[in-house]
Amino acid sequence: MSARDDVLSRIRKAVAGAEPAEDVPRDYRASYDVGNVVDHFADMVADYKATVRRVGRVDLAAVVAEEVGGRRVGVPAGLPTEWYAGIDAVVDAPPLSIPELDQLDGAVTGARLGIAETGTIVLDGGGRSGRRAITLVPDWHLCIVEASQVVGSVPQAVMTLEPRVPITFISGPSATSDIELNRVEGVHGPRTLNVLIVDD
Amino acid sequence: MTDHPTRTTALPWPRRHSTPFPQAAKIKLADTQLRRNLRKATTTIRAKRAAVVGELPDWEELREAARATKAATLRELDVHLLRLEESVTAAGGKVHWARDGAEANAMVAAIARGHGVDEVVKIKSLTTDEIDLNVALAEQGITAWETDLAELIVQLGHDESSHILVPAIHKNRSEIQQIFTDSGLDPASDSPADLAGAARRYLRERFLRAKVGVSGANFAIADTGSVVVVESEGNGRMCLTLPEVLVTVMGIEKVLPTWQDLEVFLQVLPRSSTGERMNPYTSIWTGVAAGDGPQEFHLILLDNGRTRALADEIGRQALQCIRCSACLNVCPVYERVGGHAYGSVYPGPIGAIITPLLQGMHGSESLPYASSLCGACYEVCPVKIDIPTVLVHLRDESVQSHTRPTVNDVAFRSLAWIFGDRRRYEKAQQLGKLGTPFGSVFRPWSASRGPLAVAPQSFRAWWQENHR
Repeated sequence: MSARDDVLSRIRKAVAGAEPAEDVPRDYRASYDVGNVVDHFADMVADYKATVRRVGRVDLAAVVAEEVGGRRVGVPAGLPTEWYAGIDAVVDAPPLSIPELDQLDGAVTGARLGIAETGTIVLDGGGRSGRRAITLVPDWHLCIVEASQVVGSVPQAVMTLEPRVPITFISGPSATSDIELNRVEGVHGPRTLNVLIVDD
Repeated sequence: MTDHPTRTTALPWPRRHSTPFPQAAKIKLADTQLRRNLRKATTTIRAKRAAVVGELPDWEELREAARATKAATLRELDVHLLRLEESVTAAGGKVHWARDGAEANAMVAAIARGHGVDEVVKIKSLTTDEIDLNVALAEQGITAWETDLAELIVQLGHDESSHILVPAIHKNRSEIQQIFTDSGLDPASDSPADLAGAARRYLRERFLRAKVGVSGANFAIADTGSVVVVESEGNGRMCLTLPEVLVTVMGIEKVLPTWQDLEVFLQVLPRSSTGERMNPYTSIWTGVAAGDGPQEFHLILLDNGRTRALADEIGRQALQCIRCSACLNVCPVYERVGGHAYGSVYPGPIGAIITPLLQGMHGSESLPYASSLCGACYEVCPVKIDIPTVLVHLRDESVQSHTRPTVNDVAFRSLAWIFGDRRRYEKAQQLGKLGTPFGSVFRPWSASRGPLAVAPQSFRAWWQENHR
């Protein structure tokens, strides 16, 4: 008997005669009513020791240039070019190699969603979010979230997302509390996370 | 208790040593540094958890949904696993089935060898700890680099994990600095930031050159074939993104039926585990994505005693566990003795039930007694595992498993005989000292329990005299 058949037959034997599967009650909140979800998102992101700036759309390129400063940054091919018009960015097309990414000082990307209740940014591996390595190898990440992309709750985000692409939830910069439970921000991924929220 | 700090032969079970819990606990209780570390750690995480759980007005509804989802999934586990296999395969992944740890370890080694590598990078994974994957790979000449900071400390110190979430909680900063320096890392000081910085420099080169990554899984979605890993440091993202080949070893109980189920578990897990609204990084991938991440993905579905646990009507709820470690942090026993005393990869209240359920009672007889049955673990469990009830059930199993009655068995049977009949009970009260006949003989029981102070007159005798 193959391991597969063996495991399946053990499972069937183990639950034979048990009560039928129960229905799952979903009485929890689907949405999150907090008044202004964008304000709340900004507060929650800042709570993770990420820096948050609110910018008007007309000022976006200037603010991006200011944030980037002298850094050499990579951008996803799908990032709107007018967002980074003020800087000389390295576009990830053709895809940059890992050593090339390692030579960058940072990355500027968009996002797929923001979740207000948890202060989470969701990247979906394509378009303006970029493939995963871009927001992972460089040490600095500037993430641009449009106010209209912010949803209230985790259920609202899960409902919106398309599962078939690589998805990354980011809630603050990488962190560890492994040594005496003292929190240290910045271990492997980007040690600094800056978030721009674009208000229309 | 690290009986096997430098094991050279894999132990494909959660249990790491067979020192009975009372003896192991006694040694650990004498370690004042350990007790200080544990008290600080558990107190801190308890407070963080309570604060973020308190933010959610629907916490109880989320717990109930999480529990019901897991219970319903376990009832039809075969169906969900087959669906998962189909979805992962359709998305370009390859699914393998392993009856036990030895089979799973052999599969990982074969995949690594097939790609001609002598090293893999690893994400912290209790399941691969359970099957002792690193030792099995070492036997094949393959080095497994642990990349989680705490796991790295444990690995470089030839030590064993003592907490599900923070495995090196028994070490303080100066001990960690020493371990790092002895292993050729270059921490500038013993500050946590400098120690983390040294680990970053040490591991970065290994991440960037790795061809094969190995992970566990927090969840896998049957409907879509998506696999989920939650983490904090970014080492997980490195292992899941940069290598050409990814191998995920997953216990069969980790499957969830639908994508929607994530909306529950991504809320209850981080709040219960690290006490955060959300952990820094959650990675979700579905098979292989062209041009993004590993282009070869293997998912190994591991039994290793899970179907044994599933067959236990009362014990099967332990398979609902999402490894958050909230039960460790509230347990008065864990807080005092730490993880090593349990002698298992799975310590604390959940370890006391999951270890014997996965492995069988042999060698784990003392674990179901490593509890005062106070019930704090049940109250915080995000999937509502009734740990006290399972502990009592396993105590019964432990007694039933004795081929010859132990001293304790005889004592309790005698007490049952006395308590079972009014006249015998009153007679025993007249004898005055119920505990006495057992006290001297049954040292293991009486050593940690004082004799009952017996009133000169029993209540029953007093009642007879005054109310008749």
